[in-house]
Amino acid sequence: MDLIADHISHSFGALDVLDDVSFTVGAGEIVAIVGPSGCGKSTLLSILGGLLRPAAGAAELRGAPPADSLNPLTFVFQDFALLPWNTVEENVAFPLLHTGLSAGARRAVIDDALRRTGLTDFRATYPKQLSGGMRQRVGIARALAVRPAILLMDEPLSALDSQTRELLMEDFVRLLADGAMGAVYVTHNLEEAVRLADRVVVLSRRPGRIREIVTIPMARAERGLSDARGRLASLQGDLWSLIRKEAIDAEREVQHA
Amino acid sequence: MLDRATPETKEQSAEAPRPVAFRGAGFTPSGSRHAGWIGLVIVIAVWQLAASTGWVNPLFLPAPSAIAVAIYKLAMSGALWQHLSWSIMRIGTGWFIGTIAGVVVGFAIGLSTMARGVGITFISALFPIPKIALLPLLILWLGIGEEPKIATIALGVFFSTAISVYSGVDAVPRNLIRMAQSFNVPFHAIVRRVIWPGALPSILAGFRITASIALLLVVSAEMIGAQYGIGAFVLQAGNLMQTDQLLAGVVILSLFGLAVGKLINLLETKLLHWR
Repeated sequence: MDLIADHISHSFGALDVLDDVSFTVGAGEIVAIVGPSGCGKSTLLSILGGLLRPAAGAAELRGAPPADSLNPLTFVFQDFALLPWNTVEENVAFPLLHTGLSAGARRAVIDDALRRTGLTDFRATYPKQLSGGMRQRVGIARALAVRPAILLMDEPLSALDSQTRELLMEDFVRLLADGAMGAVYVTHNLEEAVRLADRVVVLSRRPGRIREIVTIPMARAERGLSDARGRLASLQGDLWSLIRKEAIDAEREVQHA
Repeated sequence: MLDRATPETKEQSAEAPRPVAFRGAGFTPSGSRHAGWIGLVIVIAVWQLAASTGWVNPLFLPAPSAIAVAIYKLAMSGALWQHLSWSIMRIGTGWFIGTIAGVVVGFAIGLSTMARGVGITFISALFPIPKIALLPLLILWLGIGEEPKIATIALGVFFSTAISVYSGVDAVPRNLIRMAQSFNVPFHAIVRRVIWPGALPSILAGFRITASIALLLVVSAEMIGAQYGIGAFVLQAGNLMQTDQLLAGVVILSLFGLAVGKLINLLETKLLHWR
């Protein structure tokens, strides 16, 4: 199943946020969206996921989702969006309660999602008792439980400390390695973008337009190897040079706003 | 290769170290379990002493022991239960009706644009009216029985409940609602599983306030037009200068308020354990 951004434009009142953004996320592909602060990355993701109606253009799907997918487009949120009154297990079960799955099938799905994210021993724990990294793992387990075709990840690591970020990035690489799921990964962190994505969509400062779409010329499996670090750093530098001036301009714009 | 240094000790320096001054004290008040009770006992002891030694006229301020005796006699004669049961019936019925209506209207205002537009205007206009001022009108409409008293309590409870409910609904983090929508969770399930538990802290805080409002209104209503009830009892005692009886009624009201507060504490502990 492909996800298509078809000439998407959006504004909030008089503030133009996105301008004619078009690209396609193929089945199993990971596309990172980067750009200066306020360029409309998260807005674009909300439009792609059907949570926001664009002013112009459309988000479209092409092809059938996998037969067992319960929610083909599934978000992983920056702030985790966990229900604080539910345990880890109940949070993971939350999107399954209205899917028509039998209780037995639901339990199997929950167990599998908890196992894949290393949360089996924390199933009866409440979110407030968990660290930020573990909370985001719950968010990922909840997303995995509905067997998405495409994960829509809105800066999923930005609220975490650098060590936790590193650990969760390894988890993302592992979970997405088999190509069964695609992803749109919004981030301001270029290192995350080059480490995870097949292609990087670079947006200009507001209103966000596509400045460039960069293909990462290295298989995802190779990027964890030690001799790949230099090439990844070089790619990251290239991306930074693309957005540096606009990031500075956007920063000044925010400060003067 | 990492260049590892050995841990430094203070003995390595010739100058004697001095401790960093602690500056983090205060601003963290914590409740003491016994302090409140000790304070209460001291106040009652001083009061008893003042009354027993004749510092104050027992007609104006009877001794706590006299009040306790009055409560005991009221309980033994059966009058206490008669008055209390009437008050509890009025409070219970009025609070229940006002709460149900307030929760329904509060949720409607919190969830519907049309209900919000209409509801907030009406609530803003009618909330500030002292509800006891409506009792004569309610008597005209509903007769001189229990209905106007119950309606007065229900009205007082309704407005505060509606406000606390829609404030609670408004306070539910929008990201949780968007999360539920992103999983295609149906509207009714979002209300039940996200908005209701998210608004519950505000709703229970509202219950605490409406319980006090109900108590206030039942006493006022009973003073205006009732034969039985704690408010009527307090008024009769005042008219007869039976200040020990009057204060016995006040103590009973206070104990009733405390009991309701405890009940709401229990509810909060049970329903908001996740906080």
